[in-house]
Amino acid sequence: MIVDFLTPYLGDQLAYFSWTLIKVLAILIPVTLCVAYLTLAERKVIGFIQLRLGPNRVGPKGLLQPFADVLKLLTKEIIIPNGANKFLFVIAPMLSLMPALAAWAVMPFADGLVLSNIDAGLLYVLAITSMGVYGVIVAGWASNSKYALIGAMRSGAQIVAYEIAMGFALVCVLMMSGSLNLTTIVETQRTSLGFLGWNLIPLFPMFVVYFISGVAETNRAPFDVAEGESEIVAGFHVEYSGTTFAVFFLAEYANMILIAALASLMFLGGWLSPIPGIPDGFGWLAAKVAFMLFFFLWFRATFPRYRYDQIMRLGWKVFIPVTIVWLVLIGVLMRMDWWPW
Amino acid sequence: MSFENFSFYMFATVLIGAALSVIFSRNPVHAALSLVLAFFTAAGIWLMLEAEFLAISLILVYVGAVMVLFLFVVMMLDINLNRMREGYWNYLLPALVVSGIFLAELIVLIGGRVSFSKPLEVPAAITVEGNTLQLGRLLYTEYLYAFELAAVILLVAIVAAIALTLRRRKDMKLVSTDEQFSANRENRLKIVSMPTEGGRREDPS
Repeated sequence: MIVDFLTPYLGDQLAYFSWTLIKVLAILIPVTLCVAYLTLAERKVIGFIQLRLGPNRVGPKGLLQPFADVLKLLTKEIIIPNGANKFLFVIAPMLSLMPALAAWAVMPFADGLVLSNIDAGLLYVLAITSMGVYGVIVAGWASNSKYALIGAMRSGAQIVAYEIAMGFALVCVLMMSGSLNLTTIVETQRTSLGFLGWNLIPLFPMFVVYFISGVAETNRAPFDVAEGESEIVAGFHVEYSGTTFAVFFLAEYANMILIAALASLMFLGGWLSPIPGIPDGFGWLAAKVAFMLFFFLWFRATFPRYRYDQIMRLGWKVFIPVTIVWLVLIGVLMRMDWWPW
Repeated sequence: MSFENFSFYMFATVLIGAALSVIFSRNPVHAALSLVLAFFTAAGIWLMLEAEFLAISLILVYVGAVMVLFLFVVMMLDINLNRMREGYWNYLLPALVVSGIFLAELIVLIGGRVSFSKPLEVPAAITVEGNTLQLGRLLYTEYLYAFELAAVILLVAIVAAIALTLRRRKDMKLVSTDEQFSANRENRLKIVSMPTEGGRREDPS
C-alpha cells in the first residue's frame, strides 16, 4: 500500500492525510475534465440537433475548445459592481462549487472503489447538495442588482421545492434496498436477471420524478428561470465575469454529472451489467452516466422554458403527491410480501 | 496534538466565532449567514462524536431548508440599521437576567453529571449496525407516540401558517390551471381558408 510506503518519510498521520489527499485529487481531476468535455459535448449535441456543426476550430474537430474557453475566462477581468458586498460576492461562486465537489466523497465507482464508504452515504449526499443553494442566494444578494436578486429568489424557491420531491423519490430507493449506503444500494440491485433487477423497473415513476427534479435542481433548461435571459438578463450571475463566472459554470456542470451519477447508482444499477454473463465494471457506470447526461443536453435543445408558476405547480402539486402515493404503495407491497423480486 | 484534537479545537473555535458574529454583526444578512456557519460546524462536532445521523439531519433540515427561508425574509426586509441600534443598551438588564436564568438552568441540567476535574465519559459508539438504524428502530417502536405527536404538531403548524397567510384577492388575474390545460386547438384556433395569390388580381389603380 502507498500509505506504508509514505509512513517512514512523513509519519503516521501525515502519511494517511497525504494518501487521502491523493485519492481526493484522483477523483476531482477527472470530474473537472469531465466538466470541461461536457461543455464541449453540449455544444456539439445541440449543434447536431439544430443542424449546425458546433465548435470545430480549436484542435482536431474542436477537441481543445474547452481549454480555450478556460483560458479566456481566466484572463478576463473580475468586475465587482458598485455597492456590492465584496467578500460575499467573491465567496458565492465557491459556496456553489464546494458542495458539488464534496458530494463525490461518498460516490462509489465500482465495488469497493470509493473514497469514504459511510453508512449514511445517501443522507450525506442529500445534505451536501442542499447547501448548493447558498451560492446562488448569496451571489444574488451580494451583487447589489435587482435582476440578480430576482434570479436568486426564483432559484432558491425552486431548489427548495424540488428537493422535497427528490428526497421522497430517494426514500423509495432506500426502502427497496434497506440501506443508506450507496454501495449496498447498488449491490441489492444485483440479481440473476440483469437489468430486470434494477430499481428502475419497480420505481419507474420515482426515476422520472427524480430525474426531472434533478434537472430543476441544477437550474437547467427547461427549468432555467433563474437565469431566464429574456426577462432578467442572466439571473443570479449577471454581474459575474471572468474566473468567478467560470466557477459558477463549473458548479452547474459538476452538479449535472452528480445528478446523472446518482440516478445511475440508484435506479440503473450503477456498475452492474444489464445483461447477465457480461462482467460488471466501472465502464457500465460511465456509460450510464453519459446516457443520463445526454438527456440533460437533449432537454435543453428540445423544450421551451417553463412558466414560473407552472414550475411551482409541477413541484408541489404533481411531484410531491405522486411520490407520496408511490411511497405508500411500495410500503404496502413490502409489508404484504407481494414482491415479485 | 492528534488529528482529532486538532479538528475539535478548529470546529469549536469556528463555532464560537460564528455564534458571536450572529449577535454582533451589524448586517442582518451577515448574521444569518454566520448562523449557517454555526450550524455547519456544530454538525462537524456531532460528526466527530459519531452521531452522523443527527449531524446530517441538522445540515439537511436547518442549513438546507430553514435557513434558506430565513435568508429570504432577511434579504427582503429593508432594515434601517440606525433605527434598530437606538436604545440598544436599554435591553442590557433584561438580557443579563434572561441569560443568567438560562445559564443556571443549563448548570442544573448537566451540572450533576459533570465535574471539571475528570473528563466526561463519552458513551461507547454503536459499531455493529450504525446509529442511523438504531435511532430509526427506537423512534418507530419505543418512542412511537412521542414521534407521531411531534409530527402532528408540525402538521398543525403548517396548516396554521397557511391558513393565516392565505388570502384570496378578489381582483386576482389568476387563470385556473384546469382551464389552461383543457384548452385545445378547437376552441383557440380557427383555420380560415383563403384564396392564394395564384390568380391574377385586378390592378386597383
